[in-house]
Amino acid sequence: MNELLNLLKQNALESPENLAKMLGTSAEDVKKQIAEFEKEGVIRAYQAVVNEEKLDSSLVTTVIEVKVTPESEGGFDRIADRISRFPEVDSVFLMSGGFDLLLFIKGRTMQESFRFVSEKLSIMPGVTSTATHFMMKTYKQNGIVMHTGEDDERLKVSP
Amino acid sequence: MSDSKFLHSRISKVVQDIPRSGIRDFFEIVSSREDVISLGIGEPDFVTPWHIREAASQALDRGMTSYTSNMGLLSLRRGISQYVGKKTGIDYNPADEVLVTVGVSEGLDLAIRALVEPGDEVLYHEPSYVSYNPLIQFAYGVPVAIQTKKENGFRLTRQDLEENISDKTKVLLLNYPNNPTGAALSKEDVEDVAAFAIEHDLIVLTDEIYDELTYDREHFSIISVPGMRERTIYLHGFSKAWAMTGWRMGFTCAPPELTEAMMKIHQYTMLCAPILSQEASVEALKNADEDISYMKAEYKKRRNYIHSSFEEMGIPCIRPDGAFYAFADVSRFGMTSQEFALKLLDEQNVACVPGTAFGACGEGFIRCSYATSFDDIKEAMVRIARFIEKL
Repeated sequence: MNELLNLLKQNALESPENLAKMLGTSAEDVKKQIAEFEKEGVIRAYQAVVNEEKLDSSLVTTVIEVKVTPESEGGFDRIADRISRFPEVDSVFLMSGGFDLLLFIKGRTMQESFRFVSEKLSIMPGVTSTATHFMMKTYKQNGIVMHTGEDDERLKVSP
Repeated sequence: MSDSKFLHSRISKVVQDIPRSGIRDFFEIVSSREDVISLGIGEPDFVTPWHIREAASQALDRGMTSYTSNMGLLSLRRGISQYVGKKTGIDYNPADEVLVTVGVSEGLDLAIRALVEPGDEVLYHEPSYVSYNPLIQFAYGVPVAIQTKKENGFRLTRQDLEENISDKTKVLLLNYPNNPTGAALSKEDVEDVAAFAIEHDLIVLTDEIYDELTYDREHFSIISVPGMRERTIYLHGFSKAWAMTGWRMGFTCAPPELTEAMMKIHQYTMLCAPILSQEASVEALKNADEDISYMKAEYKKRRNYIHSSFEEMGIPCIRPDGAFYAFADVSRFGMTSQEFALKLLDEQNVACVPGTAFGACGEGFIRCSYATSFDDIKEAMVRIARFIEKL
């Protein structure tokens, strides 16, 4: 992948000046490249990776496997798009294997997420079955390990 | 107290006369402090890639806890021979030209002891890794330090060599890419040095532990120059590029006569390298190309960053071609390297190693390792900038 994108995926808040220094280019060039990525939709957004466990009222994440009947025109795209529009839905992926769509749902409580499945998702035309899993703990997300404070075990000075 | 004096008087003169490593003194000062950002660490900040660790773990499960052949596992020596062949175009016979050692440190010791007789001169270039000079002295040789120059980017030149050769010179010890300067030699530089070695009938020891870590051009080994394989001991190891410092794995490649000579010392002192480390290294040679390119790409970004940060601060620093060190010129601040490093540590809690730890001609420089997380490098650069503003 593009080196600049790699660096931004690690830390999107890195200044163009620092990025330029690492890549051996100018800050202007970095800004220009970023603007192009944004324009082309390569970069879709900048978000914080939050360790929900550290929050007092953390959200419940539900993972749902969904089987659907593809439509004659548009295949899975139209129904996936319709599902994506629910605000509760965090992510939607089309999968190979035993089911079709994989959904990540964020809700305040398990009940809330369950209501989404029973009242909104499973009654949608085209949805033939669902399997719901509740996520227990996040160890790593988007390449970021959740626990902090790993010590550097190396000697502080070595030849 | 007379006991202590007695014991001291019994210690070999050679050992008594060799000073402790400057690095060790500095280490003790740094270790006494909290929350130091250290740019003083000469080893990767990555852990060994998991599949290499896994290979050692599986070997342990299989009960591989024995000695190996003195030379090292044949499977490893075959792997080493292929690896070196692919990189340099030079073939070494795994049966009698490859020796597995406990780090390059042991390889170096073996090579020097196998060659040097009392009074023989060994040419090496400074600033240099801290072991070279003492190892030559332990072998009762005479270390002759060539002072490489900032103007030449700390590259070794034909003229440097001419000025230091004598009729007692037997061995030339090379280390490029270089610790601590980050300098690397071009193909032409290497050919010059090789021509000199052939002309003066020198044996060359080449420590190429950092050869995978070159950033702007391909490394060119002196063994690839026609006529050099016959007179060279090639030293390499797994510590740096594979992030395997703690495994203590190195190797030598050399003609059978020289390998056999080193082997004699190795078998009576070390017997063999640890079997688990050897098993891990077999895996390292098979499947780690991607890990190496990943780590190298990271070092390169940090190299770029640290180099431009120094330039911005008005601290001259030759753009390091290889290894993971920046050798920054702090001479304009009117302090010795030692004073600069201590004051920087004291006021900003940043540790760099004074250049003089690597030889007298390191005066005026500090070595900053960029085998450090990017966040630490950024913070260290901010602190160094703040520090020099007040000077």
